[in-house]
Amino acid sequence: MKKQVTKTLRGKKVSRRSVLKGAALAAAAAALPPVGAEAAVWEAFFQKHFQELNDRDLDKIIARLEKEYADRFGKHISVTASKPIPGVLFGYGLDIARCIGCRRCVYACVKENNQSRDPQIHWITVLRFQKGDKWISDLENADKYYNPAKVPEPGYFYMPTQCQQCEKPPCVKACPTQATWSEDDGIVVVDYNWCIGCRYCMAACPYGARHFNWTRPGLPAEEINTQTHYLGNRPRYPGVVEKCTFCIQRTRNEPGQYPACVEICPVGARKFGNLLDPESEIRYCIENKRVFRLKEEVNTHPKFFYFFAT
Amino acid sequence: MRRFLPFVLIVCIGAVLTPAMAPGESSAEEKAIWRTEPVETGPKEKGIPEFFVPPPPFSEGIFPCSDCHADQETNPNRRDLTEMHEDIQIINHAEDQRWCLDCHNPDDRDYLRLASGRLVSFDESYYLCGQCHGTIFRDWKAGIHGRRTGEWNGKKTYRLCVHCHDPHQPRFKPIEPLPPPVKPKDIK
Repeated sequence: MKKQVTKTLRGKKVSRRSVLKGAALAAAAAALPPVGAEAAVWEAFFQKHFQELNDRDLDKIIARLEKEYADRFGKHISVTASKPIPGVLFGYGLDIARCIGCRRCVYACVKENNQSRDPQIHWITVLRFQKGDKWISDLENADKYYNPAKVPEPGYFYMPTQCQQCEKPPCVKACPTQATWSEDDGIVVVDYNWCIGCRYCMAACPYGARHFNWTRPGLPAEEINTQTHYLGNRPRYPGVVEKCTFCIQRTRNEPGQYPACVEICPVGARKFGNLLDPESEIRYCIENKRVFRLKEEVNTHPKFFYFFAT
Repeated sequence: MRRFLPFVLIVCIGAVLTPAMAPGESSAEEKAIWRTEPVETGPKEKGIPEFFVPPPPFSEGIFPCSDCHADQETNPNRRDLTEMHEDIQIINHAEDQRWCLDCHNPDDRDYLRLASGRLVSFDESYYLCGQCHGTIFRDWKAGIHGRRTGEWNGKKTYRLCVHCHDPHQPRFKPIEPLPPPVKPKDIK
């Protein structure tokens, strides 16, 4: 193949290959932290993948994050990285016969998990359907902006959706940097320090459960939940994807609390527990009630079960 | 089996006593049969574990009922309440078949009374509700019906039926929804 050659301004001949090499080097240099940046910035830049971190590294990273958050919000925000409890696989139940569409869960989740208030991010979306109309086969056209004076409205029913914590999560397959993965207790998590913001996972998710931080999250310091988890509700960066983690900062304790949405639900439509424990509430639901999972035909195997208790 | 034995006994005693109450007998005799000492509220059934249930949501100053009722003669007739408790209307709770004394113990108003004659305190009113709503009672015990707070693998707080359902008007009242999400076109 004939070598492509161009002339520079000074008449020197430069090959196409060396121009490209130079451009690549310049781009790489531009991507590095600026000269004189704080050590913390360099540390964050060379931070390993979460699953490759040993406990000592993790402690250092958490200390760095806590300092960063203290500087930004003016108060101590505790970051934990508690591990999955052995013998636990989380499952969730939602009683559609009970849900009245009041959206208490949506805002309890925002508060608990430090979602951006402005621009608004909601991890839970409550869908409204007209009785007798297309329903489960037409989720995309469901109404999520309903706003009557009182709920429930005659002639309608409601179905909240959120991350279904799939056993075969398509979002994990789509991620080019392995910044999202399924933990041993079944929670699909995101390492915000590894997410590059490509949003492939959002395109891959059949449930619309992932949300993108287009800007720095608008999170007032006085509203922040100071009990956070590294893989969950710690303050996010601009340009990363986030999603429901079954309130990993609450549930992954011994004893562990219920997720915030379970506790707030005024009609008790939300159930949560260990799928591996035959005595758990969620197992009772699955064994005794009529349950279904969303979009079963796409083989994602959600651990989020909708049921009818009556 | 031993767990159910006291229960079986209560049912048997009930069965023995019931035929004595032929219809048309004087109300004095009827009262005599039902005037039991406030008994132990019976054995704990399986599934009503040591979970904490908060105290019943009484209107302020209404309990103990015996403060007023102890000296009053019981009027067993169905009527509109005009002198007291005017706010209590039985609505959406089988009002045609139901009257105060079907649930409230006429002889000691501080207790509720099951169809079997067993008295239960207001703290354990779920036994009363469970008489008719058996399937719901079963789900409630399993943690499926009703709201739970606390620990998924530890201590939980249950609620009494009456914390969410007014026993005299049990249907859930519609509530105001929280605001809908911002539409994408309105995000600045």
